[in-house]
Amino acid sequence: MNIEAYIPVLITVINAATPLLLAALGELVVEKSGVLNLGVEGMMLMGAVAGFAITIVTGSAILGLAAAICAGALMALIFGFLTLTLLSNQVATGLALTLFGVGLSALIGVNFVGTPVDALPKLVIPVLSDIPILGPLLFGHDALVYFSIAMVFVINYWLYKTRSGLKLRAVGESHEAAHALGHHVIRIRYMAVIFGGMMAGLAGAFLSLSYTPMWVENMSAGRGWIALALVVFASWKTGRVLLGAYLFGGITIMQLFLQGMGVNIPSQILSMLPYLVTILVLVLISRDSSKISSAAPASLGKIFHPTQ
Amino acid sequence: MSDQSPLLRLESISKQYPGCLANDNVSLIIKSGEIHALLGENGAGKSTLVKIIYGLLKPSSGQLYWKGKPLHVDGPSAARALGIGMVFQHFSLFEALTVAENIALGLDEHIPEKQLHEKITQVSHAYGLPLEPKREVHSLSVGERQRIEIVRCLLQNPQLLIMDEPTSVLTPQEVQTLFATLTKLSKEGCAILYISHKLDEIKQLCEAATILRDGAVVAECDPRQETAQSLARLMIGTTPEIISAASSGLDKTMLSVRNLSIKSTEAFGTDLSDISFQVNAGEILGIAGVAGNGQTELLNVLSGETLTAATSIEINNQPCGNLSPVARRQLGMAYVPENRLGHGAVPSMDLIENTILTGYKKQKLINKLGIDIKASHDITKSIRDGFKVKSSGAEDEAQSLSGGNLQKFIVGREITQKPELLILGQPTWGVDAGSAAAIHQQIIQLAQSGVAVLIISQDLDELLTLSNKIAVISAGHLSEFKPVETVDAESLGLLMGSAAIEETHVTQA
Repeated sequence: MNIEAYIPVLITVINAATPLLLAALGELVVEKSGVLNLGVEGMMLMGAVAGFAITIVTGSAILGLAAAICAGALMALIFGFLTLTLLSNQVATGLALTLFGVGLSALIGVNFVGTPVDALPKLVIPVLSDIPILGPLLFGHDALVYFSIAMVFVINYWLYKTRSGLKLRAVGESHEAAHALGHHVIRIRYMAVIFGGMMAGLAGAFLSLSYTPMWVENMSAGRGWIALALVVFASWKTGRVLLGAYLFGGITIMQLFLQGMGVNIPSQILSMLPYLVTILVLVLISRDSSKISSAAPASLGKIFHPTQ
Repeated sequence: MSDQSPLLRLESISKQYPGCLANDNVSLIIKSGEIHALLGENGAGKSTLVKIIYGLLKPSSGQLYWKGKPLHVDGPSAARALGIGMVFQHFSLFEALTVAENIALGLDEHIPEKQLHEKITQVSHAYGLPLEPKREVHSLSVGERQRIEIVRCLLQNPQLLIMDEPTSVLTPQEVQTLFATLTKLSKEGCAILYISHKLDEIKQLCEAATILRDGAVVAECDPRQETAQSLARLMIGTTPEIISAASSGLDKTMLSVRNLSIKSTEAFGTDLSDISFQVNAGEILGIAGVAGNGQTELLNVLSGETLTAATSIEINNQPCGNLSPVARRQLGMAYVPENRLGHGAVPSMDLIENTILTGYKKQKLINKLGIDIKASHDITKSIRDGFKVKSSGAEDEAQSLSGGNLQKFIVGREITQKPELLILGQPTWGVDAGSAAAIHQQIIQLAQSGVAVLIISQDLDELLTLSNKIAVISAGHLSEFKPVETVDAESLGLLMGSAAIEETHVTQA
């Protein structure tokens, strides 16, 4: 077998995994603070359309990425204001945020459908990129791919080795106790929610500027939901988010290849694969409910209202 | 020293909540190195007052002085910076984090991990509070958890340590260890504000006491000069009723549990292993133990919330381990869960609806046409009158009642169903002394009329007054039931440590 023939497949796996990884890492931090934001899909779409539109208008991919981050953060801010300040239900608000994002991104993007854009530049390093097998696999991706992997380590270090990370975990574990010790529960949660929005926005921008450099309505196609499932799948651990993202990326690409190879399975079934696996994994994980409840942040999804 | 300004002075502190005056013009003086008791019933305003001192609540009016200077505490961090530490009644700990992480969260400056571990070990040894910094909190006993809170405060060299009902969850031995630590601290010059409603403890430990009733100071005294009765009178306003002991049992087994083993479904729960006992008609059995040793699991399996093999549990000689709570109620069981809101009553439903929910079959509150509204009304009214439940009407939502009132309602509701077997979890938890005495009286009357009663409680005094026989549950094992005359708080306290339980199991085997 010729290994080099599989290199392009592995590279597409990396590309398919990156948006999942970015969005899931963001949501992991949000959930570690005790907030459940189901609006990842909506924030991703807003990031995708904002990144795409600003790149087209200004011609600068950097500004495009910045716009995507801002769009995600703004969406998250809406969610934060509703759930943290006005104490609305997190599940309902998150669902509404997704619906809102789907609609608003389609509206903004209506003039950009079919417009071509230059994909994000690849980091090609002479010599290194030419190493057989490893060269194309490790080098020659765009910056977001490296950024997403670096963030796994950064977030892991931050959560478990710094004081602010400890505070965030404490707030997610018991907001009452954190409040009693004088930590600012709402402020910490706002920061976490906004960070989650930025990461989701960036994940969206990766879709519209790198993965398939164009804007199509609803182009995230359920990846926001997969990212949410990934956090549970990973039992709120950063390393497992990385593993899960690449596993799901792999399944996404595998079904494309199976379709291409003309396997005698209806293509609709193959397209369902990543989502079926998501459901399957969630069912398998939740068979032991005590495992889930001991891994999940204990205050996840609970409204915090301090007495004055 | 007495000429100097006191460490902390509260002047006319009031705290107004909508519809409730939690603190009414409270003034209080605490001197350095003094162990000062804040005494009062549940709902007297003790917790509100200390939360004001610790900066968690803002007073509606009044002024605090720290060493003679006006004090404005913006929050717990500001209080800690001054040297005020607090150990909470419901611990402010994070189950999934380690001991060291929990302590770090209560400190205001950042200490590198290694140094923190050393400091914790050092302080915990100096005060006889052994702790392993790397253990996760959910694996620790309640006593160990409290040590974390105390060590957390000690690391900041406090000048005033506030302790909110610290002994309510400890075994008698752990209480003595705690008192030794507190006395040592006070000798070193740290003032302690000690909140409790346990009079014996206060007489033993404290040198000054301020007594609150309905949010206002009713007396200041030296508890060492008072008797438990005189303190109780000050606290409650009337002399508490003296309860007569229960009668002994009849020869008819009402509840029998055989070789019951259950795996807990909770994340940090306790498995029950091989529990057997029986309750006869007319007797009161008590099960003591520190929280989290399997009481919740045992109550769930007895009530029918958790199902098990049919023959493990028999009520009235009918196997019922696999029957639902409703079916067990029809066999003659009534049940007061340990958790008032959520298990004992539906918080957002009114009292009538909550009456219907457990009594609808036995009291025939549902007929062919649906709910018998008039009968439900009448029964609810009789519960409210008979058990002195203070509420504005039968249509009040369960959650609008105070804890003690709701507990009286739930106990009343169960007794009104004329059970042959009554199972109670923590019947007077969080209930003030007056209401508790009323509930105790009802339980004794019930037993005298031939009802079998099982009480699972953490309150040893309660069990010692009410029960004919007492056993201890520890780490899911149940010790042998012993006649109440042959045990005392100390011997039970020893059983509460799991080592002692293992011993009994060896001898039984």
